[in-house]
Amino acid sequence: MSLTGIFLITFLPVHLLGNLQLMASDGGELFNTYAYFMTNNPLIKFISYGLYFFIILHTVQGLMLAAKNRKAKGSKYMVNTYSNKSWSSNNMALLGILIFAFLCIHMGDFWFKMKFTNQLKTVSTYAGYEGIAIKDLYHRVSVAYDQLWIVIVYLVGLVALAFHLVHGFASAFQTLGLNHKKYTPIIKTLGLAYSILIPIGFAIIPIYMYFT
Amino acid sequence: MKLNLKVWRQKNNKVKGAFKAYSVEASEDMSFLEMMDVLNEKLIADKEEPVAFEHDCREGICGSCNMVINGKPHGPQKGTTTCQLHMRHFKDGDDIVIEPFRAAAFPVIKDLVVDRSSFDSIIQAGGYISVNTGQAPDGNAIPIEKDLAGQAFDAATCIGCGACVAACPNGSAMLFTSAKISHLGLLPQGEVEHTKRVKNMVETMDKEGFGMCSNMGACEVECPKEISIENIARMNRSYIASVFGAAE
Ligand code: HEM
Ligand code: SF4
Ligand code: FES
Repeated sequence: MSLTGIFLITFLPVHLLGNLQLMASDGGELFNTYAYFMTNNPLIKFISYGLYFFIILHTVQGLMLAAKNRKAKGSKYMVNTYSNKSWSSNNMALLGILIFAFLCIHMGDFWFKMKFTNQLKTVSTYAGYEGIAIKDLYHRVSVAYDQLWIVIVYLVGLVALAFHLVHGFASAFQTLGLNHKKYTPIIKTLGLAYSILIPIGFAIIPIYMYFT
Repeated sequence: MKLNLKVWRQKNNKVKGAFKAYSVEASEDMSFLEMMDVLNEKLIADKEEPVAFEHDCREGICGSCNMVINGKPHGPQKGTTTCQLHMRHFKDGDDIVIEPFRAAAFPVIKDLVVDRSSFDSIIQAGGYISVNTGQAPDGNAIPIEKDLAGQAFDAATCIGCGACVAACPNGSAMLFTSAKISHLGLLPQGEVEHTKRVKNMVETMDKEGFGMCSNMGACEVECPKEISIENIARMNRSYIASVFGAAE
């Protein structure tokens, strides 16, 4: 759980940095050439298969853990005032399912269409890539983000991610046995900052593209 | 003071239980258990079955006076067992709901009494520590760092009550197990078998049907001895090391 979670945590900023190129006002050249690089570089390919595997592993383990823990609790209290401080920590599996549902929509819309269909237009006039037919993923993304409901689905997914990470970030360190009088408060603060800033970073993109 | 109680009544593990309402006249100088005694005397006088609850020392050291009072294991007072909780923390006319500890690994025996022998299995799995028999050793013969001694002592204050399991939405026993592991493993006397002990105790804990810690932190809030989840991190660290075959 913790190792796959931390891997996903390191993936998110990289993914965000790449995607911020969507907001360059060059009609998608920067982003499309980046996407071309990412789909064709063997090292990136290798890492992305690892990523798909870890997402699935994390999801399966998470759901199994939630099921096991529910069974271990057995019956419920009549007065239920569990003293844990956060709502997130109690709803990790629910938040995870929301994130997973979001990921399915997200991957189906962009990744699947990019890799397995010929629905995307191609461009072959980018400087340095003349003659190579590069799929115009930028166009697909901007069409998607012109629809309000898709933007809303993205925002819901990102809010779920934020709450998942509010507990998950610091939790992963405790699971690995890293608890320290001085560093644990720092990890908690970092985790909170991360879980707010990264989803906001992702959220800016569809909002910006919807309004421009 | 007059109190309106709702108490969990269950004949045994095979039948379903239910809440029953009682009213009790108590004094604020009583402990919570003395208030329960008053209730039971009244029930006996009325030829009813008294409420079964566990108790022994009544001074906060044995860990048997387990009940969940208004949703809190050992009641609302922080760092206090039920026997040390006094009625002055309640008001005249209060409603009080009293339930047994709930976890799959703690089946109800009767009313508020649960079977905590799963804890005994964990303790047994811990095995022995290597201490030579013979004369009591000289107190200062083995030098132990002050910090370590303090941490080991804090962990050793765990009275094995099980409130951590009751408080945990996952029914996890990791606070208890980690307290026992820390108090033995931090000192040179228990360090020798530490790795093996961690492995055995953690495996027994899982086998007994306790849940897995997801770092919610409810246990350390409810623990009457205020054991910290730092101990859980220490146990996780040692467990990971034991899986990777750290020297025994
Ligand atoms: C990019 C997406 C995700 C990231 C960055 C992420 C991150 C994390 C982290 C860091 C943890 C804490 C691990 C620990 O304490 O050991 C965690 C736990 C968990 N995650 Fe995720 N996760 C993601 C997606 C998902 C998905 C799709 C699911 C699907 C069900 C999921 C379900 C869970 C569950 C059930 C837990 C256990 C929570 C607990 O310890 O109580 N996560 N996640
Ligand atoms: S850790 Fe605290 S709550 Fe758990 S058994 Fe020990 S004393 Fe009781
Ligand atoms: S009766 Fe011993 S701790 Fe309460």
